[in-house]
Amino acid sequence: MTKTLTREDLLKAYRTMRTIREFEERLHTDFATGEIPGFVHLYAGEEASATGVCMNLTADDHIASTHRGHGHCIAKGVDPVGMMAEIWGKKTGTCKGKGGSMHIADLSVGMLGANGIVGGGGPLVCGTALAAKLRNQPFVSVCFFGDGASNQGTIFEAMNLASVWNLPVIFLAENNGYAEATSSKFSVACDNIADRASAFGMPGITVDGFDFFAVYEAAGAAIDRARKGGGPSLVEVKLSRYYGHFEGDQQTYRAPGEVQAIRDTKDCLLQFARRVTSSGEITQAELDAIDADVKALIDGSVVKAKSDPKPTEADLLTDVYVSY
Amino acid sequence: MARKITYQQAINEALDQEMSRDQNVIVMGEDVAGGEGSPGEQDAWGGVLGVTRGLYHKHPGRVIDTPISESGYVGAAIGAACVGMRPVAELMFVDFLGVCFDQIFNQAAKFRYMFGGKSETPVVIRAMYGAGFRAAAQHSQCLYNIFTHIPGLKVVVPSNPYDAKGLLIQSIRDNDPVIFLEHKALYTMEGDVPEESYAIPFGEAAVVREGHDVTIVAIGRMVQKAQEAAAELQKQGIHCEIIDPRTTSPLDTDTILESVEKTGRLVVVDESHPRCSMASDIAGLAAERVFGSLKAPIRQVTGFHSPVPFSDTLEELYIPSAAKIIAAVQSTKEYK
Amino acid sequence: MSEIHAITMPKWGLSMQEGKVNGWLKQVGDAIEKGQEIVEVESEKIAGAVEAAVSGVLRRQAASEEDVLPVGGLLGIIADASVTDADIDAFVADFLANFKPVEGDAEDQGPTTQKIEVNGHKLRYLKRGEGGEAMLLIHGFGGDLNNWLFNHEALAADREVYALDLPGHGESTKDVGEGTLDALADTVAAFMDAVGVESAHLVGHSMGGAVSLTVATRHPAKVRSLSLIGSAGLGEEINTGYIDGFVSSASRNALKPFLADLFADSSLVTRQLVDDLLKYKRLEGVGAALGTLSSKLFANGRQNSVMAESLNKLGKPVLVIWGEEDRIIPVAHAHAVSGKVQVEVFGNRGHMVQMEAANDVNRAIARFIG
Ligand SMILES: Cc1ncc(C[n+]2csc(CCOP(=O)(O)OP(=O)(O)O)c2C)c(N)n1
Ligand SMILES: [Mg+2]
Repeated sequence: MTKTLTREDLLKAYRTMRTIREFEERLHTDFATGEIPGFVHLYAGEEASATGVCMNLTADDHIASTHRGHGHCIAKGVDPVGMMAEIWGKKTGTCKGKGGSMHIADLSVGMLGANGIVGGGGPLVCGTALAAKLRNQPFVSVCFFGDGASNQGTIFEAMNLASVWNLPVIFLAENNGYAEATSSKFSVACDNIADRASAFGMPGITVDGFDFFAVYEAAGAAIDRARKGGGPSLVEVKLSRYYGHFEGDQQTYRAPGEVQAIRDTKDCLLQFARRVTSSGEITQAELDAIDADVKALIDGSVVKAKSDPKPTEADLLTDVYVSY
Repeated sequence: MARKITYQQAINEALDQEMSRDQNVIVMGEDVAGGEGSPGEQDAWGGVLGVTRGLYHKHPGRVIDTPISESGYVGAAIGAACVGMRPVAELMFVDFLGVCFDQIFNQAAKFRYMFGGKSETPVVIRAMYGAGFRAAAQHSQCLYNIFTHIPGLKVVVPSNPYDAKGLLIQSIRDNDPVIFLEHKALYTMEGDVPEESYAIPFGEAAVVREGHDVTIVAIGRMVQKAQEAAAELQKQGIHCEIIDPRTTSPLDTDTILESVEKTGRLVVVDESHPRCSMASDIAGLAAERVFGSLKAPIRQVTGFHSPVPFSDTLEELYIPSAAKIIAAVQSTKEYK
Repeated sequence: MSEIHAITMPKWGLSMQEGKVNGWLKQVGDAIEKGQEIVEVESEKIAGAVEAAVSGVLRRQAASEEDVLPVGGLLGIIADASVTDADIDAFVADFLANFKPVEGDAEDQGPTTQKIEVNGHKLRYLKRGEGGEAMLLIHGFGGDLNNWLFNHEALAADREVYALDLPGHGESTKDVGEGTLDALADTVAAFMDAVGVESAHLVGHSMGGAVSLTVATRHPAKVRSLSLIGSAGLGEEINTGYIDGFVSSASRNALKPFLADLFADSSLVTRQLVDDLLKYKRLEGVGAALGTLSSKLFANGRQNSVMAESLNKLGKPVLVIWGEEDRIIPVAHAHAVSGKVQVEVFGNRGHMVQMEAANDVNRAIARFIG
């Protein structure tokens, strides 16, 4: 069974979600100045998913992420300061400035990497899960993927493989309604991505991705089952991204006011705060203190990222191989 | 020629004119229109960079958005081509070749031969390639050499708007599978492009600049860099001949080798990794066929044997620069 | 002559921004007559020779072979033998110190081509010069208004001069209709109406000469005089090997040998010229247009329309210009014309005589028109 959340857990969950939100909002602002290289895909709005899932994981469990990976990284314990430096292309970044936003990875905390290739993570988690199984370790692996990625052959192959090998894998579909400009109503042939689970002989469930508790519970149950040798599950989380596919996307494909309505009524941080303060478990003052803390952390990460050194010619040809 | 349009507009115009000319021409890919199934605007994107924008409304039903299933839709395009359609499938970034290569190289490329010449597969696969956008290792590669390696595929790498239009029209009319590669950095390049339709034959290199000292063969975006270098070298009294093969398969070896015979010196500029590259291929051809004319060792100016890095400092080092081309040319001139 | 005269990089055509020195025809110390060719220069479009604007002695070669100079850049110095070296040095130093190449897109500076609707079809033309009795330049088969690159500006010194792309050519409509000389001539007449030219001196090259003749027959009031250069319509013979080769060649290597026939000096066929023609020939509709025209005008290896007889009946002044080495239409046609026709034949020049001997041709036409 999913473990009940302590006060510390709740504070941690809030801090994680707030950190992701602050990180992404800050990138949204800074990207507009043109100083940030490349392109970034922001996770703002989807925080309850990464947080609700990763609160059930340990550093020995693995996750595979997507191009929209900042939230997964933070929730899995990657240092936001290193991430910010990475996104700014600095030598002090998580990947020495060689990978950037789309390739942040930190194997030491079980984060297999954001991914520039849609659907790239599915087979990888079958591998990490297979290793755990062969080594008799109770570790699980989670593959985050989008509604768009759900149509990728790699994902189908991975789901079947996980099932026939009975692997401790959770396929965590983040259905935010769009793949770039294409609606999941068009691209996903069934009503819910979770409906596909039965085709691969695994349980499937659809949950409200704005509700941290719902995600926590559903993912927790699936993770628990996997840890105990029960095999893979498909968990579909329905949510929304607050910004464009990438920064700069004009989003004319969306309905007017679509995002604002969600922000006003369903926002995961809003709902979380309302619930924990009205139940009396956490005070507003405590949440405010976390907000201030997080803001200082992100502000600091940006100041540092801006002033940190860039990689130099000496770094160009290192890290291609372990040895050559 | 009076009218100037961008490389991107030239591609759009080629698709538009061919779709008007032949109902069998269809365009498919992820968000080639955009907005499918969504509450807002249809044709919201017209491709990630808007290259196909506008075609959706002009050619109803023939600009087809796909789920993110490259193996599926690229393969479907190939299948449709087998029965006489002329699909133009867009792979967005050429790096995504990784998820659909089988359909391209084991299926499309080999049908004609395996079936004893009984089939035609007039499919075009468009994709953008190249570094310079801080898009990192999985969105910045130059993979034309991989396609060029495969018999049965034709590979097109236009370096300017005029060529982009004429070569894309030829690609669509060609009866073999064609990989049409567009460098992201060229999309905004302006040039003279006739309003009329026209097709540029494959396998005919362009001699971009004439000179008698050193032959520079440059691919795709590198043609621009070579021109920059040649202008500078001209001031030093070194006269470069620049050859743009335009298609790497078929390759206009005659034009390249004739030039090397004239100049006796060869520098090949290729943005991709050096091993098994167009640079090494062309250098090998020259070494084998016109060795006797060479006055200096052949030089290759390429990217590095590393993935394309993200950080701007590293990426700029990675991409062949005019300065590196100049140095290579000088070294062939100075060779005794 | 005691002045010091600078020889500078000429501007041939709208898009020329720089030119390359191909070689000196005169050496320092050589006596130079005004009009003599002194240095060969090449733009990306065409190679040609720079003529001396004054007589004197070539005192300096300021640029050497293979040098690339911006338009207006200093090529050399002509001055009398009496001028001192010190004065010439000072002149050169001063020139170089003050010389500024024209920046930017050359097409923004000079006159630009325009398009006009004539009988529902677009025609491209270029107008230079103002006032005077208008002149109209009509190119030949497979040509376009750029064939007058070396003539247009000079001829427009004291009159307005139009050069147009005939249907099927350049950037004009590719619809040649019937493809007959009558149809082309009627289009030219309609073009003159459209641009508001009541009557003009017609200058026609090759097929454009035959078109001019036809305009004079069908629309006599529109024609003040005829200058026919290497003209069709004056005899039966024509090198249809050239015509067929030009129409059918699709690649550089195939086309180039045919183009060599156009010039007495085949080295004038630059790669750019070949590439430009290939670009034109690739355009949708061009193959069909050229096919129609050649089958209407030059079927069975002969010119199908010979108007030499009527030349004198037109009642118009006629000038016939030919290159002696013309390998497309024989110079014999020039020698055969009779009556009050003025004939100028230039030795060592080919079919594109207006390019190969531009200055001579320009002078001849200017003299003729008066
Ligand atoms: C193999 C591959 N195909 C296409 C892309 C381009 N691409 C990047 S993100 C994306 C949409 C992904 O949609 P979804 O899986 O729903 O994730 P979301 O962006 O909504 O988080 C696409 C098509 C890619 N990166 N990799
Ligand atoms: Mg999505």
